[in-house]
Amino acid sequence: MRLFSIFTVFLLTLSAATLAADARGDAKKQVEFGIAVAQRGLWREAIYRWERATQIDPTYAAAHNNLAIAYEHEGDLDKARAAYEKAVELEPGNSFIKQNYELFKEINDRSTRQDNQ
Amino acid sequence: MTARLGRTISSLAAVVLTAACTSYYEIPIETPIRPKLDVSAFQRVFVAGFVAGGTEDVDGNLETTRLLRSQLRTKSELRVIDADALPLMDVALDGREAPAATNGDKPGDKPSGPPTIKDDADLEPFEHVFANVEYWKRIGEEYQQPLIVTGTVMFAPQARSGIVQRDQEVYDSFGRRRVVPVRTYMERKGFVLKPKFIFIDGRTGTVLHSENYREEILYNANQTSPALSSYFELMDRLIPSFLSTLSSQRIKGTRILLQ
Repeated sequence: MRLFSIFTVFLLTLSAATLAADARGDAKKQVEFGIAVAQRGLWREAIYRWERATQIDPTYAAAHNNLAIAYEHEGDLDKARAAYEKAVELEPGNSFIKQNYELFKEINDRSTRQDNQ
Repeated sequence: MTARLGRTISSLAAVVLTAACTSYYEIPIETPIRPKLDVSAFQRVFVAGFVAGGTEDVDGNLETTRLLRSQLRTKSELRVIDADALPLMDVALDGREAPAATNGDKPGDKPSGPPTIKDDADLEPFEHVFANVEYWKRIGEEYQQPLIVTGTVMFAPQARSGIVQRDQEVYDSFGRRRVVPVRTYMERKGFVLKPKFIFIDGRTGTVLHSENYREEILYNANQTSPALSSYFELMDRLIPSFLSTLSSQRIKGTRILLQ
């Protein structure tokens, strides 16, 4: 009975790990496709792909980072900020994400500044 | 020192590690910036003039009016109205006692000339003119209800002394050149520009928006720079921000896409 329990837990852990790996694999495909279309200037399609990627794997920091860039390009600055914050939260040590976010904040501050005494 | 070195090495290692572990693509983007003010209801803009002071070397009213009109003509979709700048100082003083000005008049006396504006405090007696709804409504009717741009401009000389850091060339015993930062005491002089732009609805006479700026420039005390060129240099710095109040802009940059 005890052996059976251990085996069940092992199986569950394995299947969870496999599912997570599958999710990341699927999300990665969406991210790659998004990059390809963004490089051709098709930002709306890229947004669709990266939104899909974040739905499939909400812990995928790169997808949130790319989505933030696309929102920024489309002028949707509130959504861009939220996506950058999520990316930084997921990977606080990623220097690329931090650099992108800093550049975004500089522009966003300029656009929201009402009174720069 | 060791701690700082450790931090530098670890941050460098983080960058190298991130770059090594991630596929990344640099991509150019253009971020559209919405104007701070919705001017879709206006077809014309009238830069009405400014209450200006600080130095007699530059006429802050005429120069600012001229500069903003020329910028708006090329960089906004609004039609710029060409008309004489309004005598705002006279309008502000009309029906009021002249402020205790710095031209030698006693308070309450009929002013012998326009009061001299030397600092921010001297501007205060004129500020109420921007809240005179009836006056601006009348101006609006006269010019077919445009967006009105007005405000105050303080452009004044300033001097400052203190410790500054500058680069100095040094040569070692082998004749190799190095540039090292040195801290020296310096006396500097220059100008400070403090404009306040006020946007008024020509249909109602009410203030829609206002913004304050402050820019300064300092030179070595022995260097002479004409006041007018300093004025334009300082205005150049804040013109993009002024324009972004009225018209949308696209800011170019690059970002890193990650895989």
